[in-house]
Amino acid sequence: MWRFAGKRALAAVLVLFAISVLVFLIFFATPGSDPAARIAGRNASQETLDQVRASFGFDRPIWIQYGLMMRHLFIDRDLTSFVNRGAQVIPQVTQAIPVTLSLVFGAALIWVLLALVMGVWATAARGTAIDPIILILGVIGVSLPVFWLGEVVNLITQSRLHDSIFAWVPPLGYVPLSDGVGPWALHLLFPWLTLAVLYAGIYARVLRSEMVQSMNEDYVRMARAKGIGETRVLLRHSLRTSLISVVTLFGLDFGALIGGAALLTEVVFGLQGVGKLTYDSLTNFDLPVILACVLYASFFVVFANFLVDLLYAWLDPRVRSV
Amino acid sequence: MTTLDSERTQVTSTPTAGPWRTAWRDLRRNKVAMGSLVVLVLVILVCIAAPLYASAIAHTDAFTSNVNGTITINGQTISVLETSSEGLGLGVNPIGPTWTNQYFLGADNQGRDVAARILYGGRNSLVIGFTSALLCCFLAGIVGIVSGFFGKGVDAVLSRGLDVLWAFPVYLLAICLSIVLINSTIAVGPVRLTSGSLWLPILIIGIIYVPYVARPVRGQVISLREREFVQAAIGSGAPDLRLLRREILPNVLPTLIVFLPLMTAINMLTEAALSFLSIGVQPPDASWGTIVNDGVGLLYTRPWVAIAPGIMLAITAVALNLLGDGVRESLDPKAKLRGAA
Repeated sequence: MWRFAGKRALAAVLVLFAISVLVFLIFFATPGSDPAARIAGRNASQETLDQVRASFGFDRPIWIQYGLMMRHLFIDRDLTSFVNRGAQVIPQVTQAIPVTLSLVFGAALIWVLLALVMGVWATAARGTAIDPIILILGVIGVSLPVFWLGEVVNLITQSRLHDSIFAWVPPLGYVPLSDGVGPWALHLLFPWLTLAVLYAGIYARVLRSEMVQSMNEDYVRMARAKGIGETRVLLRHSLRTSLISVVTLFGLDFGALIGGAALLTEVVFGLQGVGKLTYDSLTNFDLPVILACVLYASFFVVFANFLVDLLYAWLDPRVRSV
Repeated sequence: MTTLDSERTQVTSTPTAGPWRTAWRDLRRNKVAMGSLVVLVLVILVCIAAPLYASAIAHTDAFTSNVNGTITINGQTISVLETSSEGLGLGVNPIGPTWTNQYFLGADNQGRDVAARILYGGRNSLVIGFTSALLCCFLAGIVGIVSGFFGKGVDAVLSRGLDVLWAFPVYLLAICLSIVLINSTIAVGPVRLTSGSLWLPILIIGIIYVPYVARPVRGQVISLREREFVQAAIGSGAPDLRLLRREILPNVLPTLIVFLPLMTAINMLTEAALSFLSIGVQPPDASWGTIVNDGVGLLYTRPWVAIAPGIMLAITAVALNLLGDGVRESLDPKAKLRGAA
C-alpha cells in the first residue's frame, strides 16, 4: 500500500510539473503569441518592444525564464504580476480562496442533499412515472448553460421581481463570513443554487443507476429475505454501497471546483474567487498570475485524483499491482 | 466495467439481424430517444433555414448594424434603436420583441434582428459542437486503440500525456488556448487559420475532451486483447493491422458512437461558455454563446436577447443528452453512466 501511494504521489508531482511547463509553453512558444507585444500594446514601436523584452526578461532563454518564475513562485514566494507591476501574486490567490471555498462548499451541500433525495426517490418509485421525470429533470440540469442560468437568476432576483418577492435579495457580490453568517449566506444563496442545479441531476442519475443495480445483489435479497422493511433495505443496504461511486465522482468534481472550475458562476455573480481571478489574469495576459492560478487549480484536480486512486487501492487490493 | 462492454458483441442474434440493425431497432422503439431526435432535426432544419428567414420573413441582414433603421408596425413608425440614459444599454435602447415578422425577438444594441442572429448563430453552435465531438472521438479512438493495443512504451507515453490533459482543468485549458490563439493567424504548413476562423474553437474543444473518451477506449482495448477471439487471431499469425481492423475496431466503434451525441452536447455548452467570455466565435459571426453575451448588457431592459439563445441551447443539449442515453441503451446497455463534465 505505501509503495503504491508513493508511486502515485510521484506521478502526481510529475503531472503538476508537466502542466506548469505546458502553460508556460502555451503562452511563450505558441506561434503568434508574443507576450512583449501584448504588454506593450498595439502599434508599439520597436524600441518600446525591446525595452519591454529587456525589462520583463523575455530576451533570456525560455528555460531560464521558466526557472526564474518557478523560483519566485515556490522558493522566494515573491512572484509579482506583469500587469500591476509590484503587486504580489500569492496574496491575490489567498484572498480569492475564501470566496471560492464559500461558494463551492454551500453549493456542494445543496447538490448532494438534492441528489440523495432525488436518487433514492427515483429508485423507490421505479416503474412509476416519477422515476423518468426525476431522471429527465436531471438531464435538463446538466444541459442548462450555467452562465445563462446565472443571468436569468439575476434578471429575476435583481430586476423583474426585485420589488416584490425577491426584495430581500442583496446586490451581487461577496460578504465575508466574519460579517456574520446571515449576510454571507444571503449573498451566496443564488450562486449556490445555480451551481447546484448543474450537479444535482447527474449525481441523482449515478446514484439511481447504482442503487437499481444493487437491488439485484445478494446482500439486498438477503436483507429482504430476513423480512427487513423496504425503506430500511433501500436506505441501509442499497444506498450505503451505492454511495461509493458517488463519493468518487464528488471527490473529482469538488477538487476541480475548489481549483476555480466554478469560473463562470463567479463571473456571472461578480464573486472575486479563484476562477474570476484566473479569468481576469487570462484576459490581461498576466502570465505570473495565470501560472499561479493554473497550478493552484491543477493541484486540486491532481490531489483529488490521487485520493480517489488511494481509496480504490485501499478498497480493492488488486488495483495496487497496476 | 470494461470487460462487460465487449460481451455484447458475442451475443449474435438471428443471422439476418446484425448488431447495428438490432441497435437501430431498439433505438426506434425508444420513445424518448426518437422524440429527442425529432426535436434535434427540427432545430437543425430551422437553423439551416436562417438565410431564408432573414430574407423572406424578417427582411434583414443579421450581420450589419442597423443603427438608424425604422420599422412600421400597425401603421406606426418606430426606430430600431433609441438613445436612452436608463439601464445598462450603453446609451441605446433597442426595440423589444415585436412578436411579428420583423424583429420578432427585438434588436441587439447594434440594431440587428436577434431572431435572425439566433438562427445564424445556431448554425455555428451546431457545426462547432458536432465537428469537435467528431474530432474528439476520432482522436480519442486513435489514442485509446494505439495505447491499449501496443501497450508498453507507447502506452506509457500516451497515458502520461492523457494524465496531464486530464489534470488540467478543462475550462482553464480551453480558455488558455483560446486567449492565445483566437487573435492570431496560425500557419502550419499549407494550413492557414485566420483569426475568427471557426476551426479554432473546433480544434480547441475537440482536443481538451480527448482524455474523457480515450481512457475508457484504452481500457476496453486492453481487455479485448485478452479475450479468446483476439488471442486466437494473434495465435493464427494475423498481422497487427488486420487485428486492429477486423477484431478491435468493430468492438470499439459502438463505444465511440455512444460518446458522439453526449460529447456534442458537452462541446456545444463549452463553445457557448467560451463565446460568452468573448473568446469563442468572433464577431461579426454569431453563436448562441455570443448572443447571450450581447444580451448581458441589455439584461434588465431587453432580457429576450439573452434568454432566447439560452433556451435554444438548452433544448438542443437536452435533446442530445436524451438521444445519447437512448443510443447507449441500445448499443452498449451495460456501460456505466459517465460522470458530470
